[in-house]
Amino acid sequence: MTKYLDLFLTALQALSVNRLRTFLTVLGIVIGVGSVIAMVSVGRGANEQITARIQNIGTNLLFIGPGQVQQGGLALGFGSAQTLTYDDAVALNSEPELLSMITAAVPFNQTFRQVVGNGTNWNTRVIGTTPDYWWVRNYQLAAGEFFNQQQFDAASAVAILGADVADQLFPESDPIGQNIRIGQATFRVIGVFARKGAGALGNEDDVVVIPLTTFFRSITRQVAARGGSPTVNTIIVQVAERDRMQDAIEAIGAILRQRHRVSQDDFIIRSQEDMLALANQITGIFTLLLGSIAGISLVVGGIGIMNIMLVSVTERTREIGIRKAVGARRREILYQFLTEAVVVSVTGGLLGILLGFGLSRLISTFEINGQRIPTLVSPDAILLAVGVSAIIGLFFGIYPAARAARLNPIEALRYE
Amino acid sequence: MSAVPPLILLQDVTKVYSLGQVEVTALAGVSLEVNSGELVAIMGPSGSGKSTLMNILGCLDQPTSGRYLLEGTDVGRLSDDELALIRNRKIGFVFQSFNLLPRLRAVEQVELPMIYAGIPRPVRRRRAVELLELVGLGDRLDHRPTQLSGGQQQRVAIARALANNPSLILADEPTGNLDSRSSAEILAVLQRLNRERGVTVIIVTHEADIAHHTRRIVQMRDGLIVRDEPNLNPVDAETALGKKTA
Repeated sequence: MTKYLDLFLTALQALSVNRLRTFLTVLGIVIGVGSVIAMVSVGRGANEQITARIQNIGTNLLFIGPGQVQQGGLALGFGSAQTLTYDDAVALNSEPELLSMITAAVPFNQTFRQVVGNGTNWNTRVIGTTPDYWWVRNYQLAAGEFFNQQQFDAASAVAILGADVADQLFPESDPIGQNIRIGQATFRVIGVFARKGAGALGNEDDVVVIPLTTFFRSITRQVAARGGSPTVNTIIVQVAERDRMQDAIEAIGAILRQRHRVSQDDFIIRSQEDMLALANQITGIFTLLLGSIAGISLVVGGIGIMNIMLVSVTERTREIGIRKAVGARRREILYQFLTEAVVVSVTGGLLGILLGFGLSRLISTFEINGQRIPTLVSPDAILLAVGVSAIIGLFFGIYPAARAARLNPIEALRYE
Repeated sequence: MSAVPPLILLQDVTKVYSLGQVEVTALAGVSLEVNSGELVAIMGPSGSGKSTLMNILGCLDQPTSGRYLLEGTDVGRLSDDELALIRNRKIGFVFQSFNLLPRLRAVEQVELPMIYAGIPRPVRRRRAVELLELVGLGDRLDHRPTQLSGGQQQRVAIARALANNPSLILADEPTGNLDSRSSAEILAVLQRLNRERGVTVIIVTHEADIAHHTRRIVQMRDGLIVRDEPNLNPVDAETALGKKTA
């Protein structure tokens, strides 16, 4: 054991003799490992942000939207149908079997309108929906309250403002109780949402929410379609438990098919999970792409190690001959040279982690469209990068070391 | 035959190198016995096969045919690593070009064979210092090869050869790169080791002058031993040195 410790020290000594060369070799690995960690952190950061935004919408949500329609053999795209109605939502909310699985089915319509209040005006998203909307969508109220069932049934002219809208229209004063105008209709502000932050459905603080009944009457003046019920853009369904998602999707499908009397679905149901999976897939490809570009530099660093080790073996042929003549066995020569390669790559790997953290932090100070680039250094990226660098050290170190170990001592001693 | 086997027993040893199509016979059938405590010179012009013989005796190379018994062990069939072990424990080399490692201090040079023998650092250091004092370099422990004269470097090499208490010291043209005074010094050290410590020393040389410092001269020519006789009046390097200085 004492022998291998001594040989380890011998290897360190050899590295310290060729300081500049060792430094440059280590640098190759540092840059490789550092860029892998930094690039993967960009991918992971993007993933994390998108996931957070999707989760920001709410929990265990299903989105039911109108599907495509066939018109004389011509298939129009998804959303082209005006098939989803307010009564569909009512039906979902009154089916006992489905109700055992879901907490609420919330229909909503939205449109962009100019909103006027307090002498200023602002273009924003106006959403008409039911009294359950705010909690299904994870909103908190900063002030006032959401409209209730009575106000909904009466189609009251009341509105709840998103945080951005409140800031734009009423920067100095309390918006509660004030009037705002949307088109010709006047609304009384009864609540303001707490700031929610960016979500996957766009800026969720730049909204005005009113009862769906009022929306139909005053905003779109909607003509009732099919059976007298007005159409809606989307019905959001919150499922009570995550593992009932699939059951709920099937139950909803059955109800809607029955109500619409169609063989081919004229609606589509997407779950939050689908959105997450899609987002993960996209960011996964993105991460892989960035990681493999950086990975190339790691391999180049490894080839650098092999190159240096081969030069070093050739240069030290005579030394190897002397060591063999005084009794070094193959495995001892192998160990000495392999130690050099592994020390270089592991040192490079450790410094590379520091560089990776530094780069990742640096990247996160840059902004795109006023938004910081999110980065997240994940432990598995560190493990991967350092593991790969250690393996590279072994892999690219073994060949030169084996060559050194196999040298014939007589020829090695004769080498000039 | 005595009860104690000879240190070296070569029986009809040949060595043939094949250089592509051509086969070169370096040793054509050599038989030799060397007993413990002898001081032997192997002499011959270049191409006589003396270097090949030295490589085989030093377990750096193996014979094509014939037997080589070192202290009764047949080393002809041993693996690379087993030969390394024998070189480490039983043989000390002194080369014409010293073959010291360029960046090590004198003590570290002497410690080198002991590292491979697995001797712990403090023991190693103590013994290295002792050996350097023995060859008269007690005041040069921390010098690197570039800071030492040729004669001093060769004395470091001799101390290194002695590190693991070998049964045999093989000196290949040990004075080939030295001036006459340094040569005499080196020969004096080798003679003293042989006389006072009973170390078996084999000196390979092409110079008769050098060979006459030993007590037995083996002459080689064309891969064969042509003469093997005792030298009854070996030159004493120490007195020669004394005369020169006087």
